[in-house]
Amino acid sequence: MEIRRRKNQIEISELDPFLAELLRQIPACASTEGAPAAEQRIFSPPIDGKETELCAEWKVYVEPELRRLFETATQTVGSDLEQLNGNEKSLSNRTLRIPTKHADAWLSALNQARLVIAAKNNFTELELNDHLRSPIGSRRDLSLFQVNFYGFLQEFILREMEF
Amino acid sequence: MTGKPLTAQVVTRLIPEIVHAKNAASSTIGAPTIEEETRAKEALDVPWQVVVHNDPVNLMSYVTMVFQRVFGYPRDKAERHMLEVHHKGRSILWSGMREPAELYVQQLHGYLLLATIEKIS
Repeated sequence: MEIRRRKNQIEISELDPFLAELLRQIPACASTEGAPAAEQRIFSPPIDGKETELCAEWKVYVEPELRRLFETATQTVGSDLEQLNGNEKSLSNRTLRIPTKHADAWLSALNQARLVIAAKNNFTELELNDHLRSPIGSRRDLSLFQVNFYGFLQEFILREMEF
Repeated sequence: MTGKPLTAQVVTRLIPEIVHAKNAASSTIGAPTIEEETRAKEALDVPWQVVVHNDPVNLMSYVTMVFQRVFGYPRDKAERHMLEVHHKGRSILWSGMREPAELYVQQLHGYLLLATIEKIS
């Protein structure tokens, strides 16, 4: 896989089918549906303690806004990822081009996906920082690899966009 | 030294003047002024702070970018706060009135950071 900035695009080329599939999974991974731990992390309370009035108002007025914001980001990413659709049996390496104006949406969706996967798997800080972990052997390992792979993309986008 | 403390003496002397002034005001203007209420509300509203809590998933570079964007902090200040979050578990990013504090927390949640408002104790 190669990743580079080309004018107004971020180009991820020579994507093998495995990594292409991981990219295609971003919108689904970002969803909190059926995962209370992930829902709790993505929509965390605005205050600690007993301020139930603020928490109740937050649920009514702020959470729907945040949901819309996150959904818009994943939809944008989903539409970019349509480039990877097509003949699923093809083993030829693919190229994904992300317009730089979609960088914010990608940062958000990648972050959502990483947080949701981490919450679902209840990863410890030690696991998340263990970059020398052995190759994928279980579903949990695959999820950890996914978190790290999405993190790598986030880092690249952040660096290239010079935020 | 006299029997009464100095404050008590001053207050005793001032009370008739205050009462007189209030009566004079009520005869010409009427109801209590809104200015006094606003000051009291602001005084109660001031001590709030925006706290960002550590999260092992969010990238350090991402958190720095968010602090720059939300608070308009220069990169070095944003990095200092990010490192404080990372090493100490939390950092106070802003303090002031409750309403803007809530808005900051809303923005930080929009970037998926763990943020809360707290009343300054």
